[in-house]
Amino acid sequence: MAVKQSRRDFLGMAFGGVAAVGGAFSLVAMKKTWDPLPSVKAAGFTTVDLSPLEAGELRTITWRGKPIFLLKKTDEMKKEESRDVVVGDANYTVVIGLCTHLGCIPNWYPATKQFKCACHGGEFDASGVNTFGPPPRPLDIPPFKIDGTKLVLGEEGPEYKKLVPKA
Amino acid sequence: MAEIRKAEGIGDWFDQRLATKKLTKVLMTEYWIPKNINFLWAMGVVLVVLFTILIISGIFLLMYYKPDVKLAFDSVNYTIMQEVEYGWLWRHMHGVAASAIFLVIYIHMFTGIYYGSYKKGREMIWLTGMALFGMFSAEAFSGYMLPWGQMSYWAAQVITNLFGGIPVIGDALVIWIRGDFAVADPTLTRFFMLHVLLLPLVIIVLIVVHFYSLRIPHVNNQESEDIDFDKESDKYLAGNKKESKVVPFWPVFLSKDFFVSGAFLVFYFYLTFYHFDFAMDPINFEPANPMKTPAHIYPEWYFLWSYEVLRGFFFDVGPMAAMDIGLAAFGFANVIFMVFPFLDRDPNVAPAHRRPKFKIWFWLLLIDMIVLTVYGKLPPMGINTYIGFVAAVSFILLFVALPFITKCDAKHTGGVK
Amino acid sequence: MRELKILGVVIFFTLVVYIGVEPFAHSQMHPHVAPANFNFQEESIDYATEEVKKAEEKLDEAKSNNKNVEIAENQLKADKKLLDSTTTFWNEIAKIDLSKGDATKGAETFMNAGCVGCHGIKSQGMPSPMDDATASASFGVVPPDLSTAGKLYDGTFLAALIKDPVKALKVEHKFSETKPHPMPQFFGLGGDMNQELADIVAYLKSIAPKTLKDEEVFENACQRCHDIKYAKRFSNTEKGALANYMGSTPPDLSMMIRSKGKDYLQTFINNPQKQLHGTAMPRVGLTKESQEQVINFLEDTGDRKKEERESLGMKVVGFMIIFTILAYLWKVKIWREVH
Repeated sequence: MAVKQSRRDFLGMAFGGVAAVGGAFSLVAMKKTWDPLPSVKAAGFTTVDLSPLEAGELRTITWRGKPIFLLKKTDEMKKEESRDVVVGDANYTVVIGLCTHLGCIPNWYPATKQFKCACHGGEFDASGVNTFGPPPRPLDIPPFKIDGTKLVLGEEGPEYKKLVPKA
Repeated sequence: MAEIRKAEGIGDWFDQRLATKKLTKVLMTEYWIPKNINFLWAMGVVLVVLFTILIISGIFLLMYYKPDVKLAFDSVNYTIMQEVEYGWLWRHMHGVAASAIFLVIYIHMFTGIYYGSYKKGREMIWLTGMALFGMFSAEAFSGYMLPWGQMSYWAAQVITNLFGGIPVIGDALVIWIRGDFAVADPTLTRFFMLHVLLLPLVIIVLIVVHFYSLRIPHVNNQESEDIDFDKESDKYLAGNKKESKVVPFWPVFLSKDFFVSGAFLVFYFYLTFYHFDFAMDPINFEPANPMKTPAHIYPEWYFLWSYEVLRGFFFDVGPMAAMDIGLAAFGFANVIFMVFPFLDRDPNVAPAHRRPKFKIWFWLLLIDMIVLTVYGKLPPMGINTYIGFVAAVSFILLFVALPFITKCDAKHTGGVK
Repeated sequence: MRELKILGVVIFFTLVVYIGVEPFAHSQMHPHVAPANFNFQEESIDYATEEVKKAEEKLDEAKSNNKNVEIAENQLKADKKLLDSTTTFWNEIAKIDLSKGDATKGAETFMNAGCVGCHGIKSQGMPSPMDDATASASFGVVPPDLSTAGKLYDGTFLAALIKDPVKALKVEHKFSETKPHPMPQFFGLGGDMNQELADIVAYLKSIAPKTLKDEEVFENACQRCHDIKYAKRFSNTEKGALANYMGSTPPDLSMMIRSKGKDYLQTFINNPQKQLHGTAMPRVGLTKESQEQVINFLEDTGDRKKEERESLGMKVVGFMIIFTILAYLWKVKIWREVH
């Protein structure tokens, strides 16, 4: 009797165990099905050539669905060692163009050399540092790697790693 | 096996095979509901009516909707709204019902809280009800994304971003949920699947369990009187209908529900045809544009109170970032209602007006949630941020105080009604 | 009685929430602007005055916080300058007496002033000198055919536009001496310039059709820049050139009537800067009548089921009322047995 009982226990447990393993594997499969596709991941890196940029003129590009502001600084603009991306002999402002308050996209005003956010009146200077209104911190710098005169967005190069702790 | 005779008619034929007579009794004519109730007890049926409207209108929308970021906006705003005969009607009915159903859910919820219909055996009703609230929220959120307008996009962007605040896995989780680095085509198709298949299935199952969980503890009544349902139903069946404290679900209870539902539908259809902006935000008639933010981003009105709890904490405290405190408070707000029955330490069931301290607590909660709702929509500037902060803190304090307040009430009422 | 009391409580709180999140919140989010004013002189000066007032307030705030005072001061200076030049300009325009305009002389002036170098007048057998692609590439936007201009636009506005397009169109923020507007200012042909302006306006008015269909107004006033794909109409300026000229592609207007609503469109078209400060869209100077027609066209395109919706609504709500009354009577009958 006792032997029979334990055998049934063992069978039941084995059955349940096998079913659980199957379930766990199917969950893994389901999780993976939700993962971003390889093509989406590959599109996560954007290369941009900085050399054709005119000093003082803002260029906006898209990286991972976000606007990226590229601004080659003119001589009058203050250099910001802890934030500027230095390529060749020029300093560039490279920031994610989303207001750090609530994620609106600020506009560039060349006359006053400012980024102004229409949503709640936040303002940033040409280096992307917040100067007025509700934004809690400067505009974020996207991960980048310098490759000659080109910038690879999405990859963390040594220059980016140096900026991050300071920003 | 049951003995099958030659049927005396269609009804009998089915009865022999499906026991339809017994079934009707169990579900309808001998399902007993207390007589001492008011129109707030009809909200359950109103919800069923609205849910049915959502399913039916949804079926027709599904025939023409295209879940693709390139096609979605035009399939809704041109094909459905302008080409399909009565397509605009289904869209308006769907959009307005989605908003109206939350109004009724909130009334239903607060009725439950007021009359104490969540304890002494009724915990499962409350828990399944709150699970339904959660599922309906997910359903509303996923559905709002589908027209792919500006608010669809930006609300999705902001809300999915919230998961980024979860420690360690946050950033990866956001990308996993979206299927892309930003809200994009994969996000739209997966939320479409959730909206039209998975979530409605879960909701239907939960509704069945919610109804079933009413059977054993029975429906509560206006005075929270403990009714002996067997005795009272015997009286009713014996013909003492006036004396009995209960009525059958069909036709007595439902006749009242039909009237209440009718009155509600007059209001609902007025909104559908003439006053729909509150449910179909004008900004969403602008196509989604990841490169342009609308001036104000806010969730639909029924999410505003929890959104404001999130936003209310706008300054860092020591090492904790404002965002993280807000997120923790937001998490708190979303689960705290779930455990309501276990926070109420008063074992007696009684309506709020017979529980001196709880009564005050109830109205304070209602007012606080309304303040949160209103300030959740306003731009977070100047005085607004402070009011939002105070209201968010009050919300949490109210729930922290709930066990003590109810305990105190229990002592004073001495455990008797 | 108790049920009515409960109903009262439910309605009260519902209303409070509604008023809070709809009318009240929207009044906070979209500050009130003055209604559309088709007297463009008044409108321009009022608007510039308003901007100065705002800049003053901002300076006060900056001073009290002692932050960014310099920026605010510069802003105020710029706004004051703009107010001065605007006032001067429109006071000059006010001296033009349009009633003295002579259409025949105007036709001559029009030819001699070189307008036909860029503009066509199809109705008078003068096609545009360039095809759309070339015009897009040279100007950024295709110059309008002027056959209907006298009908679409306000006369005073036209005179102001010819004299100084940047000021009349309110695009001072986009153009400067180094980046001039594609349409040059008119400095007169040597005679009385105000008379010459009045003549040109009289000429444009004399050749304009007496009536235009809503869709023709749209075509002539809006369609050089805007698509409205639900009406299958697309801008005649080439897209790339246009985006470059305007800073971004002007939005498709198919659903504008639902996304912005009539009231907003009224003030926006009348003076875009008032609703959307810094926008690249010029103030086009439509008369009240033309503007109504544009809005009608937008409604016919973006909300074409409006009439059906409103008439069906009456029937459905009526049906539900009857349904409810019968439901009530039935309920009373059933409950009589148990009460």
